[in-house]
Amino acid sequence: MPSSSHIFRLGVKELWSLARDPIMLLLIAYSFTASIYIAATALPETLHHVPIAVVDEDASPLSRSIIQAFYRPRFNPPRMVTLADADAGLDSGDYTFVLDIPPDFQRRVLKGTVSPIQLNIDATRMTQAFSGGGYVRQIVSGEVEGFIQRYRATAPPPVGLTLRARFNPNLQQAWFGALTEMINNVTMLGIILTGAALLREREHGTIEHLLVMPITPSEIMLSKIWSMSAVVLLAAMVGLLWIIRGILHVPIEGSVGLFVLGAAIHLFAATSLGIFMATVARSMPQFGMLAVLILLPLQLLSGSFTPRESLPAVLRFVMEAAPTTHFVALGQAILFRGAGLSDVWPHLAALIGIGVVFFGIALVRFRKSLSEAA
Amino acid sequence: MSLPLQKLAPVVRFERVRLRYGKTVALDGITADIPAAAMVGLIGPDAVGKSSLLSLIAGARAVQEGRVMTLEGDMADPRHRRAVCRRIAYMPQGLGRNLYPTLSIEENLQFFGCLFGLEQAERRRRIDGLCRDTGLSDFLARPVGQLSGGMKQKLGLCCALIHDPDLLVLDEPTTGVDPLARSQFWDLIRRLRVARPGMSVVVATAYMEEAEQFEWLMAMNAGRILASGSPAQLRNQTHTDSLDAAFIALLPEALRSRHRPVTIPAFKEAAGSGFAIDARELTKKFGAFVAVNRVSFQIRRGEIFGFLGSNGCGKSTTMKMLTGLLPPTSGVAQLFGLPVRVDDLATRRRVGYMSQSFSLYSELSIHQNLVLAARLYGMDPAQISSRVDEMVLRFDLERNRDSMPDQLPLGIRQRLSLAVAMVHQPELLILDEPTSGVDPIARDVLWQLMIDLSRKDEVTIFVSTHFMNEAMRCDRISLMNAGSVLVTGRPEEIVRLRGSASLEEAFISYLKEAEGISAPAGHPSEPQNPVGVISATTPAPVRRTPPFSIRRSWSYTLREARELRRDPVRLTMALLGTALLMLIIGYGISLDVENLDFAVLDHDGTGLSRDYALNLAGSRYFHEAHPLRDDRDLERRMRSGELALAIDIPPHFARSIGHGNPVSVGAWVDGSMPQRAETIQGYIQGMHQGWLEEMATRRLGQNHPSPAWVETRYRYNPDVRSLPAMVPSVIPLLLLLIPAMLTALSVVREKELGSIINLYVTPVTRSEFLLGKQLPYVVLSLLNFSLLTLMAVGLFRVPVKGSLAALSTGALLFVIFSTGFGLFCSTFTRSQIAALFLTLIGTLIPAVQFAGILSPVSSLEGMGAVIGKSYPATHFLLICRGVFSKGLGFRGLAASFWPLLLAVPVMVGLPILLLRKQET
Repeated sequence: MPSSSHIFRLGVKELWSLARDPIMLLLIAYSFTASIYIAATALPETLHHVPIAVVDEDASPLSRSIIQAFYRPRFNPPRMVTLADADAGLDSGDYTFVLDIPPDFQRRVLKGTVSPIQLNIDATRMTQAFSGGGYVRQIVSGEVEGFIQRYRATAPPPVGLTLRARFNPNLQQAWFGALTEMINNVTMLGIILTGAALLREREHGTIEHLLVMPITPSEIMLSKIWSMSAVVLLAAMVGLLWIIRGILHVPIEGSVGLFVLGAAIHLFAATSLGIFMATVARSMPQFGMLAVLILLPLQLLSGSFTPRESLPAVLRFVMEAAPTTHFVALGQAILFRGAGLSDVWPHLAALIGIGVVFFGIALVRFRKSLSEAA
Repeated sequence: MSLPLQKLAPVVRFERVRLRYGKTVALDGITADIPAAAMVGLIGPDAVGKSSLLSLIAGARAVQEGRVMTLEGDMADPRHRRAVCRRIAYMPQGLGRNLYPTLSIEENLQFFGCLFGLEQAERRRRIDGLCRDTGLSDFLARPVGQLSGGMKQKLGLCCALIHDPDLLVLDEPTTGVDPLARSQFWDLIRRLRVARPGMSVVVATAYMEEAEQFEWLMAMNAGRILASGSPAQLRNQTHTDSLDAAFIALLPEALRSRHRPVTIPAFKEAAGSGFAIDARELTKKFGAFVAVNRVSFQIRRGEIFGFLGSNGCGKSTTMKMLTGLLPPTSGVAQLFGLPVRVDDLATRRRVGYMSQSFSLYSELSIHQNLVLAARLYGMDPAQISSRVDEMVLRFDLERNRDSMPDQLPLGIRQRLSLAVAMVHQPELLILDEPTSGVDPIARDVLWQLMIDLSRKDEVTIFVSTHFMNEAMRCDRISLMNAGSVLVTGRPEEIVRLRGSASLEEAFISYLKEAEGISAPAGHPSEPQNPVGVISATTPAPVRRTPPFSIRRSWSYTLREARELRRDPVRLTMALLGTALLMLIIGYGISLDVENLDFAVLDHDGTGLSRDYALNLAGSRYFHEAHPLRDDRDLERRMRSGELALAIDIPPHFARSIGHGNPVSVGAWVDGSMPQRAETIQGYIQGMHQGWLEEMATRRLGQNHPSPAWVETRYRYNPDVRSLPAMVPSVIPLLLLLIPAMLTALSVVREKELGSIINLYVTPVTRSEFLLGKQLPYVVLSLLNFSLLTLMAVGLFRVPVKGSLAALSTGALLFVIFSTGFGLFCSTFTRSQIAALFLTLIGTLIPAVQFAGILSPVSSLEGMGAVIGKSYPATHFLLICRGVFSKGLGFRGLAASFWPLLLAVPVMVGLPILLLRKQET
């Protein structure tokens, strides 16, 4: 039976060691303040200041009205280029879109003969290419239709479509960026702090000393888990309330308390994972490599950068076992959609399950890894 | 061998030297001359500034105040330091602290030879000569980590002597070394001095019997010099007959009063108390290596039992088996009549253990360490405070009560370790070399303490030691060698049985017998010529140091590469891990949004409204969940994230269309992921339009599709697949993260482990050091790059359309940057964790978010845009995409190459500027 007083004492010891590493404290503070702020304000709306160029071979009123239809904030003012410049500009990545309005475009439109405008898209820029392409087409079509309508009357389409975005009506990336950044930093810190703390004890031989005391490995592990989780949780709260809500004015729909509970449970899973990694790695350099190998997929595939629906089925299945997947889903649900406990409990349960499994494996490996190191 | 000391100019001259670490004053105005061509000893208690003084002499530490003149030049002057460091050899405190544990003896020696610019043939000759003299010849291929302490120190000496120094600085070279190895060590020095009479040797030592042999001594206390002169002079000055006594007499009254001769009451076994420790046939194997071979002994309650033996002979392993830290391979150990079990917490409470290496928390103060241990041992909280105070007093730690152990010398740390092991009043103490590095007075105090515990409180003490006078105080001792116990008995008995004059002599003769050395006073490889090979070496040709020596740099490269090769796990992770990540991310990151769940709230319920829903459900983008019941249901299911899209079809939908009345379908999109929301909106608009047209064709028989005003051409990636776009962007990401992480710990780790001292005291420059370290990682990263490119082409079928030369050049520049970034993080952090974390923050976040992998840099804003534009990953990303997808070469990508070319010297230069060539 783990003794709560041992766990508490050892945890306080962890806090002391952290308190005496000023660079580390600075980095933690940075990750939940400046880092969140920068990420939130840097991320553009998907279509934001999109670089576009136009080759106007028509030079007609219609072509001019098309060009004027592209304006900030979605598009940068179109750059007027020649056909030759257009290719070079696409090559060097100066613009994502190039519209080529052919000669006699206006005349042919009025005559009803089809001579389409060519839209060149740099398809290596996936995000803008996808949503931007449709948008550019819509603008051009709208301008042309409007131009035609001024000449002949056409009936409006019988069925309209009212599109509304829930939870983030203007689809502001800042909201998303800030939250993503915070969630990722919570994970990264949880794993690194705990794993490295254990590894340092092993490299310095202090763990050996603990093991001759009347202390069990589970007490040692739990002490690291609570202390490091507490630090990260506290920093995350500062980030959430001060930076995200206070400075970035992101409305938080749901209950902050519920989110804290979710974050705490997530941290249990992440720190257990960190301890598990520390029992696998034999030295700090190995741990560093392992951290990169695990953190990168955890962050990129958790659904915080790209939609989870787009993952291949196998990876989606595998990522169900990653704590970040559930934490991202849970965080978005609570903070943006105001979801309650009844909505997010499956994620909470999954996080607890993942945490328990990692904790269990780490516990089994704990002593074994020690005798290997001797 | 007594030279007229005063006739030569002093080899070192101190003028009013002061040194402080934070608030602690280490040296307090030292003014002294150290005679040249002599064997000079520094003696004194722990923490009086001996090590600080030596590191100042060697130039390892920066002079703060006053003047230090070594070999007739000012050590504050970098030019003099650079010129003179090839004439100085410095062996820091700690066993093999400046050596590289994963490298073999040969490789370590080669490394040091290269650092001092010796030619290959010259290196060979000297290494062979030195190893023959020290008896290391047979173990050239053995990794240093597996050597015994004595061998490590001999190797340390060889490494120090490889460049024929004029001044040899040794900081407690024989602390923690067994008597045989110790006598061999001094023997070596003695012969060396015969061969090179001009050489000066400065040694700090805790052994007074060693100091007795030196020509000139400096006794230090509290950062000041108490007295100096020959051993005889010191004895005369204090009217004492031994150096031990002389030293105690020299100390200030306050310290002296603490010293009392150790008295040992006879050991009386309590009747029927049984054995505290009963070990039978204990054996421990690590793979094929037998560390402990069938060791048996019984220790009675209250007995003091000594364990003697050379380092690495199995003493520590035996002790660890007794504490339950290591499970024995075979045999049984019992404590207090109970078998040792890993999960037996009750027994652990009765035992106190002190391990050989300092194993307390360097981030907690001395007082905090004691309190923590008391609490963890489950002491009554009411007693903790008084018990801790008692320990502080007993172990003479008041002055350092709130200090951090890191700032304290070995001796005080050892005292703290011992105090921690005893704080919970255990019945059995297992102490692994508790007095190693502790000064004589403190050692006597500790022993008196242990004796009192044994005799008054019946505490059993199982202790290992290298000091013979301490062994004589034990009730019984065991001599151990190569995993086996040679002899067990009362110390006087062992001496008598062996017919020796002292225990030391008896011990040495046992060891020699065990090792098969027959010659009575001989050295394993005593050279024919007493002068030895060392004298035959011509002094190293003194050439002007080139500003950048390829050889020195290369020696660091070789060393780093070897260490990497000896760590196959890390190497595998670096290579296979990158491939794995490429696979996962290449396939995993896709911006095609498919299989989104949507549901319909159908207020109309006609065939037409069903048809509208089916139109969506029929596409590959959407998957229909069971229909919505009402607005509350819609609200709830969107809130929980179950639905990405909800379609609201109004009442009278079909009728309105039939009558030509305007009607509107509502589409609710989950906006919590803006990018996904935009994509969904795009899909919906397109499908809505498609449905309208189809309906018009079908129902009204009209057929006038609106003309396509825009013809779209997706350039570079005509199928608009994610893979060809993602794969070239993953390459920069991985080539940033992995190489940076590989180098991130390389400098800070040397700082933590101590080998950074080689940078401080050898001629190697900062640029040679860093560039040499960087090279193997650059090569490894280029290997990674080839692997990634092959995977892109072969596995992902993303062809390289443009110039491979341009891509490779870009990759080369980029990995120089990323490895440089790792070094940069490593140079100014102090702990490995901080370096690790800083590297992650500095690479992962900007690379994923601001380098243009997802959104082009030109669209970023604020700080993000600044970071994105200046971050080299951005430019390498453009190069990758340009070459892979756009078929470009150097010409088309010139704009991206310039920033990379600029980043390389900055990122290579910055660590060089930040790294210090001396400890401050």
